[in-house]
Amino acid sequence: MVEHVKSNRNKIWELSLEDRFKEVYPPLSDKEAQTEAMRCLYCYDAPCIKACPTDIDIPTFIRKIATANVKGSAKTILESNLLGGSCARVCPTQELCEGACVMGSEHKPIMIGRLQRYACDYSASHNIQHFKPLPNNGFKVAIVGTGPAGLACAGELAKLGFDVTCFEKNSLAGGLSTYGIVVFREPVEVSLAEVKQIEALGVKIETNKALGKDFTLNQLIKNYDAVFLGIGLGNVPQLNIPNDKVVIDGLEFIAATKIKDLNTLKIGKRICIVGAGNTAIDCATIAKRLGAQRVTILYRRSEAEMPCYYFEYEFALSEGVGFMFLTQPISINLDFNGQIESLNCVRMDLQNESINGRRISRPVPNSEFNLPCDMLITAIGQNKHHDILDNLNQLGIDIESGYIMVDKHTNQTKHPKIYAGGDCIRLKGEASTVAAVQDGKIAAKAIYENLVSAKVKKVEVKNNG
Amino acid sequence: MVDLSIDFCGIKSPNPFWLASAPPANSAYQVQKAFEQGWGGAVWKTIGAPVLNVSNRYGTIDYKGAKIIGLNNVELISDRPINTNLKEISEVKRNFPNHAVIVSVMVESKKEAWQEIIKRTQETNCDGFELNFGCPHGMSERGMGSAMGQDPQYTQMVTQWVMEVATKPVIVKLTPNITDIVVPARAAVAGGTNALSLINTINSIMGVDLNTFELRPNVGGKGGHGGYAGMAVKPIALHMLSSVANDSIIQQAKVPISGIGGIETWQDVAEFMLLGATSVQVCTAVMHWGFRIVEDMIDGLSNWMESKNFNTVYDFIGKSLPRISSFGDFDLGFKSAAKINQDKCIQCNLCFIACNDAAHQCIDLQSMQMDEGFQKMFPVVRENDCVGCALCASVCPVNDCISMVEVESHRPHITWNELIKSKPEVLEWDKMEEYRQKSNIHIH
Repeated sequence: MVEHVKSNRNKIWELSLEDRFKEVYPPLSDKEAQTEAMRCLYCYDAPCIKACPTDIDIPTFIRKIATANVKGSAKTILESNLLGGSCARVCPTQELCEGACVMGSEHKPIMIGRLQRYACDYSASHNIQHFKPLPNNGFKVAIVGTGPAGLACAGELAKLGFDVTCFEKNSLAGGLSTYGIVVFREPVEVSLAEVKQIEALGVKIETNKALGKDFTLNQLIKNYDAVFLGIGLGNVPQLNIPNDKVVIDGLEFIAATKIKDLNTLKIGKRICIVGAGNTAIDCATIAKRLGAQRVTILYRRSEAEMPCYYFEYEFALSEGVGFMFLTQPISINLDFNGQIESLNCVRMDLQNESINGRRISRPVPNSEFNLPCDMLITAIGQNKHHDILDNLNQLGIDIESGYIMVDKHTNQTKHPKIYAGGDCIRLKGEASTVAAVQDGKIAAKAIYENLVSAKVKKVEVKNNG
Repeated sequence: MVDLSIDFCGIKSPNPFWLASAPPANSAYQVQKAFEQGWGGAVWKTIGAPVLNVSNRYGTIDYKGAKIIGLNNVELISDRPINTNLKEISEVKRNFPNHAVIVSVMVESKKEAWQEIIKRTQETNCDGFELNFGCPHGMSERGMGSAMGQDPQYTQMVTQWVMEVATKPVIVKLTPNITDIVVPARAAVAGGTNALSLINTINSIMGVDLNTFELRPNVGGKGGHGGYAGMAVKPIALHMLSSVANDSIIQQAKVPISGIGGIETWQDVAEFMLLGATSVQVCTAVMHWGFRIVEDMIDGLSNWMESKNFNTVYDFIGKSLPRISSFGDFDLGFKSAAKINQDKCIQCNLCFIACNDAAHQCIDLQSMQMDEGFQKMFPVVRENDCVGCALCASVCPVNDCISMVEVESHRPHITWNELIKSKPEVLEWDKMEEYRQKSNIHIH
């Protein structure tokens, strides 16, 4: 863990609710940023760049912090990643850039994520416009969904002179950055500031417009030269156990802490969370910080199989979250008012067989037990948008296990006008903000090449012919 | 967008950033790679007399984890055949017609030798010449390099020889290994030079190995003085640059100056230009990190210029020169005092010990009872006793914690030169004491 962070975690009840939901890591001071930046070796052909899914020129942006060219530093970041401020906060840097940092072997890695945040926050707080879009090129593109993939695609296209319109089903743009990342990792203002920056490039964003409800795919295909789908995934699936109507969707739980007044949120005393991915950890740590006395993560497998990042597990432990491994809820007991009172759970045993490298587990006979619980949150993956997928399938687009299939070099689907990116195409590999941004960039580049470059070539052929 | 382009005595360059005549500018491969990455010009590594090199060639100084704050070398001028160099120079100029390609030359002190190499080099279509009167090792022992720059008569004479045949602008590169650099600068101007560049490297020995007693760099058990460069020499270079740039004779001649010495970042560049440099030359920083550092130099300088509303580099070249003054013209009535921001102080008390042991004993440590039940010692300035030396602010490790604030001195605003003109008697101690009493100057 980052050792110089002053811990405010130990006596959470002594902090006000607002303070508990401030960013866990404070911003770097100018002095901290300069000192850390000067520690960077400015490697040539640096491994951190290769480890970054969006290829940010990390040594260059860090050198620019060291020379006090913070504006230039931010530009270097944003040139490769328009959502650099979000990624600086939510990227699993230990697994990516910082994990690859050559200083890790001899000393400790450079705090790349926090330096990136320093530069991006400087840029945002000074409201710097780094990019001047090219003149309008006459092509119109529709973007469905304004999460990181959609916004990145929209921004890159706008820079290239496209007329871009985004459609967002929620009332705020930003997707999971706005609604799904816990406040103390990324405040909602950071995401909304990035949305503003994208809009400043000329992108139009229409909120409260849901695909299939307010407009159809066919309309988009008819009215636009290209369509990018960054529709993400849906709600958390049902548990499919008795009384599961009282269960709370983990994503909705997180969203409430992002956009609602924290003081109005109702919270149980004994909270259980089902699942052990990063969303489950987020729910657990939020519950703890909202003031729940006991927060327990129930997971049917063991510690070794947890899908969350290890540093997130460590964070949850340091927050006082309890873990019950090899445990599965089998039914929910309600009191006379229909309120949840306890869970019936069963112990599990791991088997030798595994799926995707994770061993499967089976209930232990006669091991049922009762677990007091007044709030049950689920974070066991996300449903797929089946209506949309069916519609895409009718258009000849391949769908596999609920994910949209695209060409990996262009993110183009089998339909020549339709591109996709973000979690909705992430059949394999880790779903993440930074991967979604790269998806958007790849699609934008392909759309440019397929429409603008192709047109230039046509004109050339005409002139030559 | 700001305009970084310069016209340096007729040598056009898209920006003021040039490679110095040194190992990074040794070949067409290197110079063209540098131009592709953004360098506006290059001074080709010196061509001239035949040489043989040795190894090791470089010695460096590291400081508290920072590598190469200073570097010296005993490498000679180009050891590649002269025809190869000339062929490559014309090739680079052909490929990069809008970049500045300047050729550094150095031959023995013979008129025919100098005029011949200038004529031959001119055929490459290069943009200008730099006369290497500065190299302090290897060549100087053979009567070249700094041996020419250290003798103003030589400097003027050789410059004249070159000017007789040169059809391209000529820059004379000066050595810092001299008492007053203005003297050879004037000699070069008297010889008719079109421009000056400074500084070349400084005589140095980098260090001694405490186990083997060998010198750094170690050449087969021996060592000797080499040319010192890198960020550690920057203050010396800035001083020499400003004294040349502020000299009335140099100013009348209107020769532009190319600044050299420890330039690593855009901030260094801005400082050199504020003190009169029209272009800058870089070597050591490129030797450490490669040509790519120029990207931040361009970006950082452009952003800074925008923030200061400068449209072209000519809006600020020499802007700080009028501030260069001398001790006799400083205001004796100006006073500053240290102010410690106690909210920022981390109680390292380095300011206290610096002031107490090495300055004027005007900081006290005062004990403060903390809520937690223990005492902490805080440094507190006795402002009336503070002489305003700024040592405490210099040692303070926290940004903006100790600031030097101008205070009313209740002293006459007079300079030393004015004072000894109006009251020459103060040059005697008893009269000086009287003057101090009257002028509210109390030294404890």
